[in-house]
Amino acid sequence: MSKINQHILTCGGTGCRASESKELAQNLRDEIASNPAIEGSVKVVECGCFGFCEKGPIVKMLPDNTFYTQVKPTNAKEIIEEHIVKGRKIENLLYTDPVTKEVIDESKNMGFYKKQHRIALRNCGFVDPENIGEYIAREGYEALGRAIFEQEPQVIIDTIKASGLRGRGGGGFPTGLKWEFTKNAKGDQKYVVCNADEGDPGAFMDRSILEGDPHSIIEAMAICAYAIGANEGLVYIRAEYPLAIDRLKIAIKQAEETGLLGDNILGSDFSFKITIKYGAGAFVCGEETALIQSMEGLRGEPNLKPPFPAESGYFQKPTNVNNVETLANIPVILNKGADWYASMGTEKSKGTKVFALAGKINNVGLIEVPMGTTLREVIFDIGGGIKDGKKFKAVQTGGPSGGCLTEEHLDTPIDFDNLLAIGSMMGSGGMVVLDEDDCMVSMAQFYLEFTVEESCGKCAPCRIGNKRLHETLEKITQGKGVMEDLHQLRNMSEVIKETSLCGLGQTSPNPVLSTLDNFWDEYVEHVEDKKCVAGQCKSMLRYVITEEDCVGCTACVRVCPTNAITGTKKKPHIINQDLCIKCGACMDKCSFDSILLIA
Amino acid sequence: MAIVCEKDQLQEQHLLKIKEICNTFNKDHSELINILHGCQGYFGYLPAEVQEAIALEIDMPVSKVFGVVTFYSFFTMKPKGEFPISVCTGTACYVRGADKLVDEFQRELGIDVGQTTEDGKFSISTLRCVGACGLAPVVMVGDKTYGHVSPKMVKKILKEYKTK
Repeated sequence: MSKINQHILTCGGTGCRASESKELAQNLRDEIASNPAIEGSVKVVECGCFGFCEKGPIVKMLPDNTFYTQVKPTNAKEIIEEHIVKGRKIENLLYTDPVTKEVIDESKNMGFYKKQHRIALRNCGFVDPENIGEYIAREGYEALGRAIFEQEPQVIIDTIKASGLRGRGGGGFPTGLKWEFTKNAKGDQKYVVCNADEGDPGAFMDRSILEGDPHSIIEAMAICAYAIGANEGLVYIRAEYPLAIDRLKIAIKQAEETGLLGDNILGSDFSFKITIKYGAGAFVCGEETALIQSMEGLRGEPNLKPPFPAESGYFQKPTNVNNVETLANIPVILNKGADWYASMGTEKSKGTKVFALAGKINNVGLIEVPMGTTLREVIFDIGGGIKDGKKFKAVQTGGPSGGCLTEEHLDTPIDFDNLLAIGSMMGSGGMVVLDEDDCMVSMAQFYLEFTVEESCGKCAPCRIGNKRLHETLEKITQGKGVMEDLHQLRNMSEVIKETSLCGLGQTSPNPVLSTLDNFWDEYVEHVEDKKCVAGQCKSMLRYVITEEDCVGCTACVRVCPTNAITGTKKKPHIINQDLCIKCGACMDKCSFDSILLIA
Repeated sequence: MAIVCEKDQLQEQHLLKIKEICNTFNKDHSELINILHGCQGYFGYLPAEVQEAIALEIDMPVSKVFGVVTFYSFFTMKPKGEFPISVCTGTACYVRGADKLVDEFQRELGIDVGQTTEDGKFSISTLRCVGACGLAPVVMVGDKTYGHVSPKMVKKILKEYKTK
């Protein structure tokens, strides 16, 4: 048997799979199998997410590190024949820098990767997530072994405390302290819970870690269990993440078979098992007390804290709840030491943070940077700037609980406290970039629509207050707002923030408050001038036909659902504004670009 | 494909299936969500009759079962279409025009979000972030994901399934 000397890594994450990366991997395998000269010496590995989703599916060739982008299943033959057999790089699959037009063949030279430092994502795009051997080969389960045989639980907790790691799910609570509380809580039975109920729209780091490196979570949960004195763990995961669930199940099974999970781990007297609990689509279940309710089979309604889950959680037992990304950092911190981790980041936020870049940005994807990196570096250096050469308008961080930040905030170093100080929050790390075509009032309305849908209804400020906020925003975007509404928005927002029961309600007015603060003029324009400069608020826009361009083909007449368009054949047509419902069907249909949308 | 319950009565085989699913989870009340996942996986939806049968089987007030079913957006009391269409309306898809896709599907099929066409072929729903933000806006039909969808592609996508 020949020795494997070349690897082809393909992205097997959800995003790239949607672009047929699975078929691509199969085609590559088939091509290899049909070529006796290379069969047995080249291996195709389906990895987790490489992060560069914009240019997916990604293929990375080892050992020469060639990085191919937007590879289709039909490219398989070429990759094998040209790259593998003849050793020639395939020019048209390489990445071209959108600014310098330079063709780049290795990821380390790409703007997207240059400033990144991948710790939580260390194995995503490197290992086969369905093979425990590959995880072990990259120092996997070393920290667990050392913990069980060489370290007292308190030593582990002290290391995590010294590292300065804070919860990556949004709250930013010091992880080591949380562990210590649970360790010191009285109880015959304790639980470790991994919160994988990633509900922030636009954030997908937890899913990517579970898909790309599930063993890091299993190892971290086992270490946590050893440190706090638990022997049962639960992963609460969204049912909408089928691939992550599959990979996690495979990983748990392999860990059990290898003796790294189950009774008497590695022959010690420490036992730990993990079971999976499924969510069913409720954003509020990301809040730890609601999550625990849901794990008990109930409606996921939050409870008042205290008591904190560390004292009374799952079935009233002391429970430590950590988010996926937080856990992914644990094994590395224990392997490399607290000082190493604490050397990165800002004074109060240590280490790195994963962000999901999305929206009107050139390089959509998953990135990891040291805390303290500025928004400008993230959006322009890594993210490659705004799509289609448009102008940057705002960046929304922290999902529905966060705020919209503007140009003037771009040089703020990102960390938990800085983002809070400028009216937003870290949240789970979603970053949605908006350009000049986005209307900030509509954005606020979009987020409130989300909150209203997701509010569990237990406390009145959140249930009723957010509904009122949404109605008021709707009134403004429909051109019926008055100045008094703007003051009402602020008043209501402040009351909801102060009086809501859980984190959802306490942060839900943030998108409203931050847009009021940063885009006041835009609100006033909507109210006083009935104008939406971004061209998003339909009620303030009109579809018109330009006489010069209209050839009178009647295509628009036929497609108009309300018969609002009239005119004779081969003569310019007219839209009756009273009948027009502004659906835009005519504009889509027109082949002569003669229909315009004007403010 | 949804199993239709005739005259509000569940057939014997369906009751047996519900019993079987409840037994897999030892009729444990804390496993209610998993039981519901199992039943929805089998029936395609969770009509009142199914909820009543579950309640009876695990000895829990049906109001509690109903409370959980209606709390979580993943559970539905109406059958979905043979080809359920889900338009992602997460933030990334929204800013890249997901709302226009919802409008277009509604117009093409003549139904609203949450409804199913008369022939039972299509239903439209919106979902919050499938996490494929690089492909925004994203539409899923069954298990198949379509990325970078524009309103003009809607007709083409539907055509793929209309002949099936």
